[in-house]
Amino acid sequence: MQAVQILINALVLGSLYACIAIGFSLVWGVLNVINLIHGSFIVLGAYLAFGLYQSLHLSPWYAIVVAAPVFFVFGYIVQRLILNRVITAPVLVTLTLTFGLDLILNNAMIYFFTADYRRLTLIPPLGSVSFEGVVVPVDRLIATATALALTGLLYLLLRRSRVGRAIVAVRLDRDAAVLMGVHVPSIYAVAFGLGAALAGCAGVLMALIFPISPLTSTAYLGKAFVVCVLGGLGSVSGALAGGMLLALVESVGSAFFGPAHATTLSFLLLIIFLILRPQGLVGRKGFE
Amino acid sequence: MSRSNIALLVLIACVAALPLFGGAYALRLGTIACMYAVLALSWNVVGGFAGYPSFATAAFFGFGAYCGGVLMGKGFPLWAAAAVAGLLALVSAVALGAVLLRLRGHYFAIASLSLAEVLREVVNNATDLTGGGMGLNIPLASGAGVMAEATFFFYAMWGVMLITALMVIVVANSKLGFALNCIRQNETASSMVGLNTTLAKSIAFGLSACFVSVAGGIYAAWVHYIDPSDVFDILYSVKPIVMALMGGLGSPLGVACGAFMYLGLEEVVWRNYTHIHTGVLGVLIVMLLLFLPHGLSSLRFDRLWRRTKHV
Repeated sequence: MQAVQILINALVLGSLYACIAIGFSLVWGVLNVINLIHGSFIVLGAYLAFGLYQSLHLSPWYAIVVAAPVFFVFGYIVQRLILNRVITAPVLVTLTLTFGLDLILNNAMIYFFTADYRRLTLIPPLGSVSFEGVVVPVDRLIATATALALTGLLYLLLRRSRVGRAIVAVRLDRDAAVLMGVHVPSIYAVAFGLGAALAGCAGVLMALIFPISPLTSTAYLGKAFVVCVLGGLGSVSGALAGGMLLALVESVGSAFFGPAHATTLSFLLLIIFLILRPQGLVGRKGFE
Repeated sequence: MSRSNIALLVLIACVAALPLFGGAYALRLGTIACMYAVLALSWNVVGGFAGYPSFATAAFFGFGAYCGGVLMGKGFPLWAAAAVAGLLALVSAVALGAVLLRLRGHYFAIASLSLAEVLREVVNNATDLTGGGMGLNIPLASGAGVMAEATFFFYAMWGVMLITALMVIVVANSKLGFALNCIRQNETASSMVGLNTTLAKSIAFGLSACFVSVAGGIYAAWVHYIDPSDVFDILYSVKPIVMALMGGLGSPLGVACGAFMYLGLEEVVWRNYTHIHTGVLGVLIVMLLLFLPHGLSSLRFDRLWRRTKHV
């Protein structure tokens, strides 16, 4: 039974990891920018859910509906006003720029919300379902389902909508997309906005399960990065596969070695993947 | 030797005169200035010469601090502990570089970034040796007075800075520097014409790790107490990059000037905005990259009163 429990935990965790990573992966894949603000976006989303629940008693699933457009607009503006100016510069410049933006956002959060850990506790609590000794809390189940739904939604958006096809086109061949009449700067802004919206939604889901503090943003960022590398860049299925793999390794690893070595384990996994299969689980070579 | 390298050595020589003029506060600032210059100059070997965006500075700084701290706790004198820390960092960075430096661009950046996280976790878990999250106390070096000790550590850090600067100048003028330059411009082409790019990159990575680690060891002795969240602070990785970008990437003189300027800014910001100093640092970084992407050395004052001609 313990094996099943570990597997279920990994599934729950994996879908959340996928949700964290997918916006990051989109931005990295399309814009070729490592978005170091991603972790702070997630924490900000968690604070949004926390604030809405505290002040208006709005449940986190409604908070997602608020978070998505708010974060989209926020991300769109950041990309349009700041990042688009240096988008063609070398890696170091965009990386350091997003780091600077992250410092500003994170410090603002510490200033306004303090670094204390907070907890969103639903009243009344949702309880948990158990089946033959396997216990899963209901809030985690809901978070998992929502995370998977968001992933599916993004997939549909990229597949079916005009904007989605344009994003994929820019990712595949920027110059050809320009020739086909795609306005690249605004597609960049839309992609970054989508990434921010997904981060915000992921943050809302995280608020359901984990304590909230500005200090946790780097941990989320690290997870997003590892998932991206494991799964392959800029693809929805890649993020899902990478998230599941990371969660599985972490769950099994902490069952065997203890939870204190989780970062080292995921780093080792990362290095192994970077050396043996840099294109990721489902990625194709040369498709960066 | 080129004119800018001579200027760099003159600048370093001028810094050495600081104890003649300043009190304890100035010495403290001077020590930090020398430390920042060591970090920035070392980073420049990998980031400026070879063009690899390394975020591993914090990892090696923490490595050196803990190595030095543990050894001094076992009774080693400062110089021996720092030298051992540097040598260990050199060896392990060359070995690690052979693996990590297969990655390029973003991948290398983040892999080197996570190095600090891993080392921090290792240090946190090795409680017997390092004290874990409780931190590590380092025995006082001597019973001498406050000023004597401040002067001693200032000169120790200054000496490391001098050696680092000499190393950077030697590397820049050697075959290794030429190889790194080739790698920055086109790695594939340079490996095709028979350059052992992996070896060159690994040596550069090792050299940069070595001096950062020595600076870390001296820092540990200077502050007497280190803990993982302090010495593995990710800002130690980012600050050298900002300094290098500020002064002008790739030029040792520019990088050293950038380090001193950065310290000045940081001191002003810290003093006036304690609660939001990281935020102000972020604003500085963003402004710098948006308006002066090639550093302050690219600033042309004559442009201020001449209209820009759009091409």
